[in-house]
Amino acid sequence: MDIRLMKGNEALAEAAIRAGCQAYFGYPITPQSEVLEYLMAEGTQRGMMVLQAESEVASINMVYGAAGAGTRVMTSSSSPGISLMQEGLSYIACAELPCLVVNVNRGGPGLGTIQPSQGDYFQATKGGGHGDYRLIVLAPASVQEMADFVYDAFDLADKYRNPVMILADGALGQMMEKVEFRNYDPQQHLVPKPWATVGKPASRAANVITSLHIRPEKMEQINLNLQQKYKEIAEKEVRFERVYVDDAQYIVVAYGLAARVAHRAIEMAREKGIRVGLLRPISLFPFPTNEIRSLVPLIDGMLVVEMNAGQMVEDVRLAVEGQVPVSFYGRMGGIVPMPDEVLRAIESLIGVPAQQPMEVTI
Amino acid sequence: MTNELDTLALDKEEMECVYVKPSTLTEARMHYCPGCGHGVAHRVLMEAVEELGLAEKTVGVAPVGCSVFAYHYMNIDMQEAAHGRASAVATAIKRVLPDRIVFSYQGDGDLAAIGTAETIHTVNRGENILILFINNAIYGMTGGQMAPTTLPGMKTTTTPFGRDVSTAGFPLKMTDLVSHLPGAYYVSRHSVHTPNAVRKLKKAITKSLQYQMEGKGTCFIEVVSNCPSGWKMTPRQANEWLVENMLKEYPVGDLKVPA
Repeated sequence: MDIRLMKGNEALAEAAIRAGCQAYFGYPITPQSEVLEYLMAEGTQRGMMVLQAESEVASINMVYGAAGAGTRVMTSSSSPGISLMQEGLSYIACAELPCLVVNVNRGGPGLGTIQPSQGDYFQATKGGGHGDYRLIVLAPASVQEMADFVYDAFDLADKYRNPVMILADGALGQMMEKVEFRNYDPQQHLVPKPWATVGKPASRAANVITSLHIRPEKMEQINLNLQQKYKEIAEKEVRFERVYVDDAQYIVVAYGLAARVAHRAIEMAREKGIRVGLLRPISLFPFPTNEIRSLVPLIDGMLVVEMNAGQMVEDVRLAVEGQVPVSFYGRMGGIVPMPDEVLRAIESLIGVPAQQPMEVTI
Repeated sequence: MTNELDTLALDKEEMECVYVKPSTLTEARMHYCPGCGHGVAHRVLMEAVEELGLAEKTVGVAPVGCSVFAYHYMNIDMQEAAHGRASAVATAIKRVLPDRIVFSYQGDGDLAAIGTAETIHTVNRGENILILFINNAIYGMTGGQMAPTTLPGMKTTTTPFGRDVSTAGFPLKMTDLVSHLPGAYYVSRHSVHTPNAVRKLKKAITKSLQYQMEGKGTCFIEVVSNCPSGWKMTPRQANEWLVENMLKEYPVGDLKVPA
């Protein structure tokens, strides 16, 4: 058993090495630079090709090249850098190249702040760049999951030939927790990639990696194929966690760091006799729509807690289709809500007058 | 046209075969305009790859621009890069497959405007690849707009009164620029307007691929080319204009050779 005390960014980087990631391309940006630093120090000594690129634009296009050449490859950045990668991600999604992109989300918009945020939910889950495409998005809520989700992300990327994003935040990247590294033999997981551009033997036609299909009939077919793939992903790869849901009268829906805060608030509420549970989406795309919808007949209301102005709440409301009230509580700009704030939001769900006015309600 | 080909076929037995298209070119008919230099540049590049026995080891990167479909014509494994990012894509391919031969094929807009940062940093890192830079001083695919390499006074659809350097800047000489970078091993400028110039280009490409096999660093070859359609000239006029104007701004020759 290999247990260590590590920062989330470092745990993620260590897991990438153990997951058989062969190449990393990245550019420094707070609060995720430890990934590049750790891989430069450790990954290069353990066989990984690590390159500090001139920009996030170059990084994501290097990921395109290395993924197209058949290697297990990743990049990482934080919000402004991820914005710069959106064009490249669109190309990667269309060319169906497997790769891992990590966003250690910080507060925006603009240059914003280096403190934790969930403001990039829309960008991560709705495509982000141009055209109709989706990333598979996994949202860790602990340093342990920062490591664990790396293996899953690479396997999902290979399985579906699709870019996968780990959407963390500045707190998960920076905080230290105990982390245990699972046994994972990359050789058992790496899949053949006969489509990769590795040099054309006389025995086969040339392999071409492209996202250009100039004839609209062909481009529509490419789109239909992608949509079919996303449908399959939505059917097979939904991940979520349920806490205190079975007897719950009210449900809090939250992911990542906000879910940890909500978890504590729910425990405080239960001490007061409020039957409230937590549904934590782990895969943000595919979204646990059916799981949320299935709770509707059993409960009186939902509260969505996010570190943004209300983004995932739209997906929850789509799932609920107006059948129960869905409230929202959020903090923005790098502020992490405190459990007592969330508790007050829970209490307001059931009509308990708030002790103090809430700082932000939307 | 068909009749002419039939006549040629009839005479085949009596004729000496003087040229065979390399297996590294596909059978696809190129979409390039009559007189365009891209087809020639494609051919000599693919001839060099085949003659060096590198067809099975080579991975190419196509740009965005007129040569965006280069992979339809080059019968090797290829990737199509986002606009300007071909050298970043080529960097990654070479880094993960160091024993392969990797080139990027890029036009002036791709390499010297939107991709300036990638170009400079790729050469500065001394990436062991060939960057083949086709400079025809215009955006051909999008309909003839100003390129970074457009000559002063030259009319394009976005410089309808001629390129005014006081507002639109000067021709950007990327080849001169990268020749000063320590990562560049071999930097040379050529053209494709005469058979002799084409032969010299092929020699330079062949040499650059040999350097790459020896792991020497970035080879950067500019091809001063034409754009009869964008320049609104006949192919012959375009080549004459190229000699009188382009080659004065962009003189052919080696800019950096191995010490």
